[in-house]
Amino acid sequence: MSGRDAILGRVRRALGADSDDAMRLQAVEKRLARPPKGVIPARGQGSAAEKLHLFCTEAEAVHATLVKVRGPEGVPAAVAAYLRAKNLPAELRMGSDRRLKAMPWQRQRSLTVRYGASDGDDLTGVSHAFAGIAETGSVVLHSGADNPTTVNFLPEHHIVVIEAKDIVGDLETALGRVRRKFGRGEMPRTVNMITGPSRSADIEQRLLLGAHGPRSLHLIVVEG
Amino acid sequence: MQIGSPAFKQNAHDALGDVQLQKALGNVRRGFIDKRKKATDRLPEFDALRDEAKRIKDHTLSHLDFYLEAYERKVTASGGRVHWAETAEDARNIVLDICQAARARSVTKGKSMITEEIALNDFLAENGIRPVETDLGEYIIQLRGEHPSHIIAPAVHLNKEQVEMDFRRVHDHLPVARDLSEPEALLNEARMVLRKEYVTADVGITGANFLVAETGSSIIVTNEGNGDLTQALPKVHVVVASIEKVVPTLEDASQILRVLARSATGQETSVYTTVSTGPRRKGDPDGPEEYHVILLDNGRSSMLGTEFQDMLRCIRCGACMNHCPVYHAVGGHAYGWVYPGPMGAVLTPSLIGVDKAGHLPNASTFCGRCEEVCPMRIPLPRMMRNWREREFERRLNPAAQRFGLRFWAFFARRPRLYKLGAGLVIPFLAALGGRKRRLGWLPLAGGWTRHREMPAPESRTFMQQWRDRETLKQDAGR
Repeated sequence: MSGRDAILGRVRRALGADSDDAMRLQAVEKRLARPPKGVIPARGQGSAAEKLHLFCTEAEAVHATLVKVRGPEGVPAAVAAYLRAKNLPAELRMGSDRRLKAMPWQRQRSLTVRYGASDGDDLTGVSHAFAGIAETGSVVLHSGADNPTTVNFLPEHHIVVIEAKDIVGDLETALGRVRRKFGRGEMPRTVNMITGPSRSADIEQRLLLGAHGPRSLHLIVVEG
Repeated sequence: MQIGSPAFKQNAHDALGDVQLQKALGNVRRGFIDKRKKATDRLPEFDALRDEAKRIKDHTLSHLDFYLEAYERKVTASGGRVHWAETAEDARNIVLDICQAARARSVTKGKSMITEEIALNDFLAENGIRPVETDLGEYIIQLRGEHPSHIIAPAVHLNKEQVEMDFRRVHDHLPVARDLSEPEALLNEARMVLRKEYVTADVGITGANFLVAETGSSIIVTNEGNGDLTQALPKVHVVVASIEKVVPTLEDASQILRVLARSATGQETSVYTTVSTGPRRKGDPDGPEEYHVILLDNGRSSMLGTEFQDMLRCIRCGACMNHCPVYHAVGGHAYGWVYPGPMGAVLTPSLIGVDKAGHLPNASTFCGRCEEVCPMRIPLPRMMRNWREREFERRLNPAAQRFGLRFWAFFARRPRLYKLGAGLVIPFLAALGGRKRRLGWLPLAGGWTRHREMPAPESRTFMQQWRDRETLKQDAGR
């Protein structure tokens, strides 16, 4: 007997589960098809302006930095300003995401942009978020041909562009949007929910930023 | 790992006399409790979420067979592979097969208690594959040849000076004169050393906080980002998870995630919550080419349908040990196996046998804080009592203790005799306590009074006082 049959057999015996199989299976199928929503914290359920405000407050509370720009064409200048303020070289790594590519990077003369996955030698990476979560100040990113996961983790500094209209109140709504985009039960290879820069408190419970992932997380919120 | 649980009493004794350990344990007492309180106070829905989290797991456990099958179908459909392991040995062998097929020389590991449970690192090393722990705490204790002393803060038993000594010993290619006196310097050094490991590893192994039946995904939460580098960079990603990690849907995982980080570290949410589904897709520029999940039973199925089923709701947040006076006093290593604290006191006997782990459910003051803070509302004290009962039934506890219990039970079942006996003994002990109302000596309880004084009882028995109170109340009501 395979490990699979042995384990499932033991589980069924322990649950006393041969008589009411049909009913139990029905309960399972129903829940998978129509997930109950559960308890959603009220704090993220305000107006769009309140959601944006909460998103910013929560993100900054966990040491993300944040700047707002008007329209996507303002992003490259905001990125260049951030690099200058941090005294970083004018070099970026990003995926070939359409929304990022459409931005006027060429206007930032000295800026070098490399496209594709990160090889670990990039100091600064730029990603475009799929959604933001107001209740925790998190950004949601998903992998795909134009969105390498390595850009989210290998660079020392991670800049994430998020459109204000993509900020939702709660985690369930954000994952619901992933589901709508990819279809029920289908997922991209990875969905990353990122809340602040990398950290560790493993030495004497002292909080230190920049453990293995980016040392800083900079959010550029695009309004209008 | 070697089972040290039978020596709990000696371990605890040694731990109490260990100056370094006692200093480090101060960090547990100070940090975790306040942080959790602040985070839970900030979320008015916290208790409602605990109820919901409990309901979700109870529902899943009573339909576990179907959810596991549904989960397996989705993993397969997304291009991943599910392996079923009945025992720790099965799981180790499956991991080794995968590593050997990938011609792996080194594997990186995200923090995972389940791979501690199956003692994976030693096994891989014996078979010529170098395992590298990447969580900072896990990395430190791997250098020391130790095991985690806490399920979410594995190196909480250490002070920074100890870590510095280990880094100097192991990273001997770095300049001797470098300054490692501050934790920042230690973190940066580990970051630099481990960067190379991430890139060269052939296989990345992680645990899972949740498996999602709806999508065939595994979810991990980390603060360092090490789990993500472990699963994104090597060409093979292996997830090792026990069968009770499955939840029905993404909504269910979301509900439980809300109580997990708050209970564990007092964060609103962990820095990285990552949902992984299958290997890299066509056109993806990065990600593993193979995605394997090993579903481990290792004794879980025999907890189902018993008085210990509730333990399978555990999400390994560590709140029970953070609030446990026994853990605060002796730390995690004294418990002698993978899982310390109250959750370990219940789980360890289930997994390695109460004959070996019988001391653990006895190492409790029954203060009840663990159950109070458990996000999954697991009745830990009740289950420790269940283990004590099993121990008694199987005659595993010492003769003197059994005699004492029988002696007490004889009277407890004869209320009149009990009342009479108590009526004689209580005033006697009260008198013995004198003006200080403290007893420095008790017959048959020298082990207790050797280190502290016993508060002397009031001069009247509980039943007598209760009767007086009731009479007073009735008089007042009249």
